Amino acid sequence: MTRIMGLVLLALVPGTLAMVWYFGWGTLINLGIATVAAVAAEALVLRLRGRAPGATLIDLSAIVTAWLLALSLPPLLPWWQTVTGTVFAIVFAKHLFGGIGYNPFNPAMAGYVLLLVSFPITMTRWLPPEVISGNAISLADSLQMIFSGTPPLGQSWDVISSATPLDQMKTELSQNRMISEIRQSPLWGDFGGRGWEWIGNWFLLGGLFLVWRRVISWRIPVSMLGALLLVAGLFWLIDPETHPSPAFHLFSGGAILCAFFIATDPVSASTTPRGQLVYGALIGLLVFIIRTWGGYPDAVAFAVLLLNMAAPTIDYYTQPRVFGQENHDA
Amino acid sequence: MAEQKTIWPFHGGLHLDDHKQASNRHPVQLLPLPTRLVLPLQQHIGQPAESIVQVGDTVKKGQIVARAPDYVSAPVHASTSGRVVEIGTMPIAHPSGLSDTCIVIEPDGDDCWDDLPEPMADFMQRSAADLRERIRWAGIVGLGGAAFPTAVKVNTGGQTAIDTLVINAAECEPYITCDDLLMREHAEDVIDGVAVLRHVIGARQCLIGIEDNKPEAASALRQAIVDKGDHETEVVMVPTLYPSGGEKQLIKLLTGREVPSNGLPAAIGVLCQNVATTVAVADAVLRGRPLIDRIVTLSGQGINAPGNFRVTVGTPIDFLIAQAGGYSDRVNQLLLGGPMMGFGLHTDQVPVTKAANCVLALSHEEAPSPPAERPCIRCGECVKVCPAQLLPQQMFWHARAHDFDRIQEYHLFDCIECGCCAYVCPADIPLVHYYRYAKTEIWTQEREREKSDLARRRHDARQARLERLEQERKSRLRKKKEALEKKSGGDNADSKKAAIQAAMKRVADKKAAQQSAAQESGSD
Repeated sequence: MTRIMGLVLLALVPGTLAMVWYFGWGTLINLGIATVAAVAAEALVLRLRGRAPGATLIDLSAIVTAWLLALSLPPLLPWWQTVTGTVFAIVFAKHLFGGIGYNPFNPAMAGYVLLLVSFPITMTRWLPPEVISGNAISLADSLQMIFSGTPPLGQSWDVISSATPLDQMKTELSQNRMISEIRQSPLWGDFGGRGWEWIGNWFLLGGLFLVWRRVISWRIPVSMLGALLLVAGLFWLIDPETHPSPAFHLFSGGAILCAFFIATDPVSASTTPRGQLVYGALIGLLVFIIRTWGGYPDAVAFAVLLLNMAAPTIDYYTQPRVFGQENHDA
Repeated sequence: MAEQKTIWPFHGGLHLDDHKQASNRHPVQLLPLPTRLVLPLQQHIGQPAESIVQVGDTVKKGQIVARAPDYVSAPVHASTSGRVVEIGTMPIAHPSGLSDTCIVIEPDGDDCWDDLPEPMADFMQRSAADLRERIRWAGIVGLGGAAFPTAVKVNTGGQTAIDTLVINAAECEPYITCDDLLMREHAEDVIDGVAVLRHVIGARQCLIGIEDNKPEAASALRQAIVDKGDHETEVVMVPTLYPSGGEKQLIKLLTGREVPSNGLPAAIGVLCQNVATTVAVADAVLRGRPLIDRIVTLSGQGINAPGNFRVTVGTPIDFLIAQAGGYSDRVNQLLLGGPMMGFGLHTDQVPVTKAANCVLALSHEEAPSPPAERPCIRCGECVKVCPAQLLPQQMFWHARAHDFDRIQEYHLFDCIECGCCAYVCPADIPLVHYYRYAKTEIWTQEREREKSDLARRRHDARQARLERLEQERKSRLRKKKEALEKKSGGDNADSKKAAIQAAMKRVADKKAAQQSAAQESGSD
């Protein structure tokens, strides 16, 4: 188990470095805060439950949860919000259900959704990639903003922050602008937002590493991204001026991170081979639906939590053909 | 012969270190007789045998000392000549270390045979029933470990035609080499046994499935087939992949047919026998010899001189180990059977039985004590290796939750307990223990249900009987009444009249008598 979680952390490294490259120190500071909070919360709960903290902490699962949550958070989120989300993830979403192996929901996504519905302003206050803004925020400034919650003298949040490409696209589309117009802005790269698409690539690299090392099966990532591409492609073909391209969906927001690192959490996902295909595809479909018609710009967390709920039922109805049973299509 | 037969792979399975070289480099050694032979009455699946000897009786080698009381049972023979010195409960090889009734024989050293039934060299002219009776007399049970009475297994009732006899020579468990050595040294007996079995079940062809890590045994069998001129029997090499020696898995590998989920191989026209059982059948039919010895593999780093031994049934395991140079100082754990499906022995003071194919004394490195079980994270490794295509993680979940209805919906009873899932489990969960527990619980519940069903049926029957008796009583009364009424109704008037007439007649008679008396006295 430690080996599996260790490989997951290792696979997260390229994407994490890319995020630091594009968004500055904030991501790294969030990672640190979340890790400390997760380990502390896990140790505390284990002690309260009368378990030896050492043996369980060593499985690294709390740190994986912390990382996945931290990577989903805006880089300059106030520190106490990060702590709140992490502690909720570990204590409520994980341990109150019985600890590792017993949580019906993905803890990181539960923590993320709690923060998103509780602190909608700070949770949507992202930074523009440094390649666009042109100025890097120093370590000292990052720390100050995260821990005091206020921007440095002479600056305001409006100047520093920016919407995510998904948010931007949603807002402008709702103002009846054409995609060809929207994409005039320097925010955009080849497929998705500038910077963002490269982060997606680096997470993809880590994800492929996990598939190669057989830590995760190909089924959930392929079916989730496949379904997302398929529906997005369909609507894009119908009207490319009001529906962004499938590649945009793929390389914006948390799609890749979700496909390889979040939806594949074995505890809360479907486990039968056919069930994993159904599970992944439904997440992809829900991501598109919520992004396009829902109230939130990104949808990964909601889609994953909804399918977590459906996983046991999916498993039940997708049992493989047992040896010696009649083939249904025979 | 040279052409490679098609192999139909089964799902999952494991590549294991086979550790076979430790014990298969020397020929089978004959183990001397111990000073005491302990013969358990239950060495098979079914009803235990019933002792027919008394303490103090002298017995001869091959004499039946315990008879089979039921169809699904097997007799036990004295495995040497000597004297019955004890009949009682003593420790046997059992997963839970239980004891059972045994007959103890003190060998007299003469090893003197009882009168044996005549060899049936003309078995092709004999009826299947005759041959089954001989197999039954010989006390043969499945020697691959299951110990199901062979005479019962080969009686397919004639309802389904068996076209293929499959001989299980896969020996897929690590360490075990007793079948390997048996085939190398007694290949002709294997082919003889095949001929007998084919005649008994009426199979057209025979496929001998053997893992490709036993080339010497395979070529010995092929040579024997050529020598015997048997054109219907073929040796088929299957890839070394545990558990290819599982009955269902081997049948799939060789024929591409899947034994139905709740059925027997006979349903798809196949009968499967272990290779050692086949030789025992040849011994019984062609030589008139009962099953009283077998080859046992003794291996593991805890043994000084691993190898294969021809062991008389009833020989205590400590004697066997002592004869093989005793334990090395690395011994840590004693197992009966292979490392995957065998079970731990609590003591070595238990006898070798008919189905005991292997005794392992493993070192700490070979069998490290399992780490503490951790929570299942549903990683699905077990699903990948399960040869029955089950969902072990779901079954585990429901076994833990004691949800025995749900676990059967996940096909618990298709689990062959091969242990692949537990072997790969990253959380070190002893999954098979959970499944065995669930199966036992379900069987217990079923028995309870049957019991209560029986009680209810009895109660219902009693109620019905009482009601019937009551009804009968009532109808009897009614009939009586009716009969009475009919009597008083039908000849009512007549009888009354008659009664009155009778009464009047009596009165008149009386009067007449009195009058005549008065007249007589008056005349006097």
